[in-house]
Amino acid sequence: MIAEAPHAAPGAALLIVLLSAALTDNILLTRFLGMCPFLSVSRELRSAFGMGLAVAFVTTGTCVLNYWLYRWLLVPLGRYGVPVESLKLILFIVVIAAFVQLMEMLIERVSLKLYFSLGIFLPLITVNCAILGGSLFMVNNVQTRGYGTAEVFVYGLGTGLGWFIAIMLMAGIRRRLKTAKVPAALEGPGITLIIAGIMAMAFVIFQGMIRL
Amino acid sequence: MANGVTSGQALRPMQALGTQLWDENPIFRQVLGICSALAVTNLVFNTLLMCAGLVWATSMSSLTVSLMRRYIPDRVRVMVQVLIIAVYVIVVDIVFRVFFFETHKDIAAYVGLIITNCIVLGRLEGFAMRNRPLASLADGLGAALGYSFILLGVAGCRELLGFGTLLKNTAWQLTLLGGGDGAAWRHWTIMVVPPGAFFVLALMVWAARAWALRRQAAPAAPSAAAPAPEAAA
Repeated sequence: MIAEAPHAAPGAALLIVLLSAALTDNILLTRFLGMCPFLSVSRELRSAFGMGLAVAFVTTGTCVLNYWLYRWLLVPLGRYGVPVESLKLILFIVVIAAFVQLMEMLIERVSLKLYFSLGIFLPLITVNCAILGGSLFMVNNVQTRGYGTAEVFVYGLGTGLGWFIAIMLMAGIRRRLKTAKVPAALEGPGITLIIAGIMAMAFVIFQGMIRL
Repeated sequence: MANGVTSGQALRPMQALGTQLWDENPIFRQVLGICSALAVTNLVFNTLLMCAGLVWATSMSSLTVSLMRRYIPDRVRVMVQVLIIAVYVIVVDIVFRVFFFETHKDIAAYVGLIITNCIVLGRLEGFAMRNRPLASLADGLGAALGYSFILLGVAGCRELLGFGTLLKNTAWQLTLLGGGDGAAWRHWTIMVVPPGAFFVLALMVWAARAWALRRQAAPAAPSAAAPAPEAAA
């Protein structure tokens, strides 16, 4: 985690939020969220691009929506004894599912071409842990660092962007890997996990070496 | 999502359980659902809690969905399934908060993420929507247990090499390496940080597949009893 810079200009603070969400706290490589599509959809550069873009978009959108709901609905209700911590799980997942469904319908109406390049990934996204994880960690950040709407928007964007970067990198590497000789038992998930491990090491360095 | 055993109306509960435990093991076969659990595998106790939560959520939501399968409208079925899972996960969350407060603080976000664990939804879509309640319960239980024992293996490796202990910070702490309180053990930082999880899991998947491939290659030879797969580190 990047050290807080409380006296920096607002723009710089937002930039730090963006970079730390995308790189040092990369949701895929340091928090392992969204692994399933990361392993299964990274075979081709094109589908990785579609999936990454869809995830980035949905993460940003749902982070902001969930923040508003959390701030203006759940927290006030919590004062009357409503169990906020439990309720937020249900509320967030419903918002995500509804958002994804709406997006899918919208994209289908607007452009069929876009639908076939991006829309087919949308149903998978509801159960992408990175999205729900983004919202849950967003709440942590709101509680501990006092994020407002602007920070939450940037945080969601950074999280989605980080996922996008990771899957694009992986798809690129796997394309080169097609010509490499891999032991039969290591093909597929095995080698992908090892590559992910090496990538994660690179991202850990962004963190300036570890909190234990 | 629809993977694994999809056919058998006639699949018996015990059969379903066994299939999920090994033949269709969610991690070795499908490499699914490792998201929310890899992050907690640097300590065995955290993993134990996560796995318990997953076992509960998977088996109970499989049972519930199977009981309700005729009444769930097809169009909104993912929504309904996710809501059912969420209810059980909330139960887990509350139980952990009450009984394991300290650990819960570390893994709270990941407990919530059981909702989106692909294994749970995968079993609901792939099995519980089409099968009887008892078989579905066994199927969910098997998938979650099959997943748990591998994660516990990963966690065991990571904690042992990372800290020299097992069940660190609990009443049952075992110090296996380094002696004393484990302070003499030179901690393997790589095992504690995220990349370690990828490497350990990759080696385990490698070993399991190598073993499966060899058995496939020589099904007739009875004496070729399980050649130990070398997962050279």
